[in-house]
Amino acid sequence: MSVRASLMVTCLGDALFPRVGVAAVRVLEALGVRVDFPRAQTCCGQPAFNSGYRDDARRAARAYLRAFAGSEHVVSISGSCAAMVRDKYPALFEGRPEAHEARALAARTFELSEFLVDVLRVDDLPVTRHARATLHHSCHTRRTLGVVEQPERLLGMVEGLQYVPLPRAQDCCGFGGTFAVTMPVISTAMVDEKVDHILGTGADLVVGLDMSCLMNIEGRLRRRGSALEVRHLAEVLAQGWAR
Amino acid sequence: MTGASREAFDRRVDSALGDPVLQEVISSGQDYMQALQEQAKAELDWPAWLDAVEAVRSHTIAHLDFYAAQFADNVERLGGRVCFAADAAEAREYVAALVKRKGAKLVVKSKSMVSEEIGLNRALEEAGAEVVETDLGELIVQLAGERPFHIVAPAAHKSLAQIRDLFSTMAGEELAADAGVLTTFARHVLREKFLTADIGISGCNFGVAATGTVVLVTNEGNGRMTTTLPQTHVVVMGVERLVPDLQSLEPILAVLPWAGAGERITAYVTAITGPRRPGDGDGPEELHVVLVDNGRSSILGSKYEKILHCIRCGACLDACPVYRKIGGHAYDCAYPGPIGAVLSPLLDGLERHPELPFASSLCGACSEVCSARIPLADYLLELRADAVAAGGGSASWTAGFRGFAEATRRPRAWALGERVAKVALRPFERHGSVRWGPGLLGLWTRSRDFPPWARRSFRELWRSRRPSGS
Repeated sequence: MSVRASLMVTCLGDALFPRVGVAAVRVLEALGVRVDFPRAQTCCGQPAFNSGYRDDARRAARAYLRAFAGSEHVVSISGSCAAMVRDKYPALFEGRPEAHEARALAARTFELSEFLVDVLRVDDLPVTRHARATLHHSCHTRRTLGVVEQPERLLGMVEGLQYVPLPRAQDCCGFGGTFAVTMPVISTAMVDEKVDHILGTGADLVVGLDMSCLMNIEGRLRRRGSALEVRHLAEVLAQGWAR
Repeated sequence: MTGASREAFDRRVDSALGDPVLQEVISSGQDYMQALQEQAKAELDWPAWLDAVEAVRSHTIAHLDFYAAQFADNVERLGGRVCFAADAAEAREYVAALVKRKGAKLVVKSKSMVSEEIGLNRALEEAGAEVVETDLGELIVQLAGERPFHIVAPAAHKSLAQIRDLFSTMAGEELAADAGVLTTFARHVLREKFLTADIGISGCNFGVAATGTVVLVTNEGNGRMTTTLPQTHVVVMGVERLVPDLQSLEPILAVLPWAGAGERITAYVTAITGPRRPGDGDGPEELHVVLVDNGRSSILGSKYEKILHCIRCGACLDACPVYRKIGGHAYDCAYPGPIGAVLSPLLDGLERHPELPFASSLCGACSEVCSARIPLADYLLELRADAVAAGGGSASWTAGFRGFAEATRRPRAWALGERVAKVALRPFERHGSVRWGPGLLGLWTRSRDFPPWARRSFRELWRSRRPSGS
């Protein structure tokens, strides 16, 4: 009786960071999970929802409900997209025929680190990575999903990894979806402070749970001339997994 | 979100970001307040106190008509006069008429955000009175000709040197840049004002419906001077700032000082029940209470009703990473920060503040710290939806999201779109990243590298590895 999980690769993950989806599949399969990938998935609709386009967001969400209709668990490599499904879908479909389906999908959707710790009960990992690493807790992962300790515990299971907490870890990196391009000046000021704190830790690796925030942080690091390594937690685990 | 309003907003943002002194003052202020708020949460059973605050506020707002009437009846029974002002103009006119009737030359004010909301000072000056703010922070912004920067700490953005300059101008001589010297000067000047003022105007943290009591939570003593020395005391308050009875104040008085100022209790908690009675040693002969609606009753019963639960602690400003960068003046309204980004469009109309609901990364820090558990981040999302529903979305975004929504239902079309984007992006890729791009991409690459499009998407990789599909 193995656990089954459908990978939610997210629109950004599909197009820009397929390596993170590959890493997540590798980790889940190494833990004995039967992973599938519902190919009808595209985007959860969050960009439209956050921009105020409720009807368009609902259309996208409806397609997501269909794509994951047969899933036992849905595991997302983005905390923010998992939060969209879990926190916003039920309200988006309240009083509509899909209300039950939306609540049911919300109940079986997880962010990756949350799934590993809370569902699979992982307490030991055959992973080694020699690095001084800090962690960016993405806002929707932290505040909407309440996932704070899970990634720290997983990093704590990595042999050779020295974890350095990030000062002002609760602050947003300034991504905010369309905010990054509708308010680019404010967004840049925010990511600049985030990058200052990251560089101040002396870490040689930044780990995160959401490629959208990491794309913002990495993009600013590169523009400021830093080659600091930026990785999704799934990549750290997959790369260091004992073979 | 284009046009003059957005341009003006961008200018205010640029001016805040371009001021290194301001940046330092805001972030150190936030760091200081956040540390104290953490201490509060360690000392008190914070969630339990917030439960109690929420219970009081939601009960009061659900029965606001009853409590407002009860409060007004009790104020009048005690000998006070009550004005229900439907809008800002009615409130201004009531107080201005009073100034004229009394022939008042000097009006002293203790801190009142509602008076800022309704633009009271100018109306009183036009009625012929000199108006002096007596809260130290309010005095500083009045001298500077500015709005309050922060709802609890109006002059939080001013450095010691800037305050020295403002006070030196007022004194007509060069004062030392020393907090003791400057507050002593202010105290000396204000003491004269208190003793000679004809009218004192205060805000009201909470009115107690059962007793008709006006409760002020202050630190400087100016509130008591303002409300006891002049012959006439005018209270200007939002009609929602009520609690049912004195017991209901307890959770608010436990939470407000901690959340707003990082203190266990403020220096003064003043409870004013009616004007001077025969035999009283001091107090005003006349008490007027102006209950300002100005859009509040239209929020009652709406999806935004919880915004009326606000206790004006300012914790959302102290937590907000956007406020941390742009400060209070960028919001250009009486109430800055996350509370202002929600409340101002609701009171003044979304068309007056079209950019405010969008000036947020939706990180949720405001909702997380709110003492009244107002879902501020969700309200920003609702306001965005309202803006779009009212036709406020640009043509290109509207068309873009329509196309996006259609494509989400057609995985093949979506995958084709990804391939088109990959090809379109390729000319801009240099050494594994995009450093310049056109249009929306350019708004990103102005300050950040954009990652290269993957050579093969995840869905393509998956198909090639699993010939059976999924």
